[in-house]
Amino acid sequence: MSAKERKKKSAAAAVKHRPKVPAATAVKEEKKIGAKLIPIYIMGKRYEVPEGLTIMKAMEYAGYVLIRGCGCRGGTCGACGTVYRKPGDYKLQVALACQKTVEPDMYVAQIPFFPANRALYDFARLTATPEEVFKLYPELFRCVACNSCTKACPQGIEVMDAISALKQGNIAEAAQLSFDCIQCGLCTSRCFGELAQYHMLQLARRIYGARIVHRAEHLAEMVKAVDEGKYDRCLEELKKAKEDELKKLYQEREVEPMATGEDWKPKDTTYL
Amino acid sequence: MSLAYYPGCTLKTRARNLEESAVASMEALGLKLDEVPKWNCCGAVYSLADDDLIHRVAPVRNLIRVKKQGKTELVTLCAFCLNTLKRANLLMRQDVEKRDTLNRFIDEGIDYSGEVKVVHLLEVLRDEIGWEALAQKVKLPLHGLKAAPYYGCTLLRPREIAIDNVENPTVLGDFLGALGASPVDFPESTRCCGSYQVVGDPGDIAEYARPILNSASSHGAEALVLTCPLCDYNLGRGQKELLKKQSGFREMPLLYFTQLLALALGLGSRICHFELNHGSSESLLRAKNLLSQGESVRPIGG
Repeated sequence: MSAKERKKKSAAAAVKHRPKVPAATAVKEEKKIGAKLIPIYIMGKRYEVPEGLTIMKAMEYAGYVLIRGCGCRGGTCGACGTVYRKPGDYKLQVALACQKTVEPDMYVAQIPFFPANRALYDFARLTATPEEVFKLYPELFRCVACNSCTKACPQGIEVMDAISALKQGNIAEAAQLSFDCIQCGLCTSRCFGELAQYHMLQLARRIYGARIVHRAEHLAEMVKAVDEGKYDRCLEELKKAKEDELKKLYQEREVEPMATGEDWKPKDTTYL
Repeated sequence: MSLAYYPGCTLKTRARNLEESAVASMEALGLKLDEVPKWNCCGAVYSLADDDLIHRVAPVRNLIRVKKQGKTELVTLCAFCLNTLKRANLLMRQDVEKRDTLNRFIDEGIDYSGEVKVVHLLEVLRDEIGWEALAQKVKLPLHGLKAAPYYGCTLLRPREIAIDNVENPTVLGDFLGALGASPVDFPESTRCCGSYQVVGDPGDIAEYARPILNSASSHGAEALVLTCPLCDYNLGRGQKELLKKQSGFREMPLLYFTQLLALALGLGSRICHFELNHGSSESLLRAKNLLSQGESVRPIGG
């Protein structure tokens, strides 16, 4: 038996003797799919996992217990940034482990956290001038436009173009281009110029939201009404309600139709 | 008619006075400057290390994107952007091996071999509009303004990318003449302002500015006319030091050529953003009747 075959056999054995209590979700998925097994390599080690699992569930199936690098499991928290390569393809691929399903022979590793300095600032004192951003993140100007950040973004954000916009002092453009950012940090992990794109663009979105975008007048009115106690009475009623009563209220509540005009109102307007 | 236009980062922040006056002026001349979408930094400075290809990526990516949009000519306004873009373009035309390496790395979906022509706005004014036609559009001639054209380095060096005669450039002087001003020839008009060498280490900044400003002044110039935000930055800061150090030094207003263009076309001082200039040009512009009653162009600092 060659060393390679031995290694393969022991890897297969390792899979056979996987932990007795794999994560509940993985077992459920395995049954549903019918468990055609495909090989994947997690941090260089071969496992056979059911086809159709996400990378995250495949890792759990293989015995990993994830206490970091795993959050919402819905593709929005950015905790499970993952890189992988496939044989014969020189390009590094990126994904969120909770979203991407496994493919045969993929080599995966999670990058749940990537060190990147976040500037300290007193947000209340920031106005909307680009120079403030330049002072907080001077490394912005180390960008060489290699576009590796864009290629590394599992959200498909044009990160380099957002960084370019920020360099040009166009905070609004930077915020809008990076709106889908989930702060996974994969852009930063690939940056030649050692920029912390995800922190810089988060600052751009904060400034945009607080200082540039038009304020919604109706929101201010609503906040005022809440502050003045307009809804205290109904909250008190809900707090006093028994469980059965709450369930009934919830089940019988009137739901706003999917497609409706802005002037839609429920039939019962007591609490408006 | 519109021209594909590359502004450059500084023109969107510190040097809005260079850009906004140009955009308004060209519109008035019937040649709209149409900013190309999705541009990035020009590279800031052209790396002289032969194998330093990573610093060519930024300018070449811009040029590829311009080609992708079906444009064949790109107008620049900042002399430094012109320099980096044009030199990178030259590399893409002449060096097949590096061109292939850059094309593969940049990965924009199309290959590029220097097809886009990079020009400076002064070339558009000279070659596409012409000095006579420009002179005819002037509403407020800059009569009596003794203005020294300052080229610095990046419009003229290296020779392969120069927009004019390297030893004896006339384009900026001819431009000033067309606007009705009196151009002042002076021997230091192509001397270096200190470039990036004095940005990080401004120790000698006054010594870079001194020969340029003194020479212009001794030849009778009342203002120095610039094309480059870095020249403006260095000469502006240098001049501040000289005002402290050299007794009897008289402040020389530093003006962008596009600010004078806008004034001469009768577009008013507001679009020129004189408040962003280094030092004050108010008394000079007022003495030459280039400001209307009530207009003020005081600097806001820097």
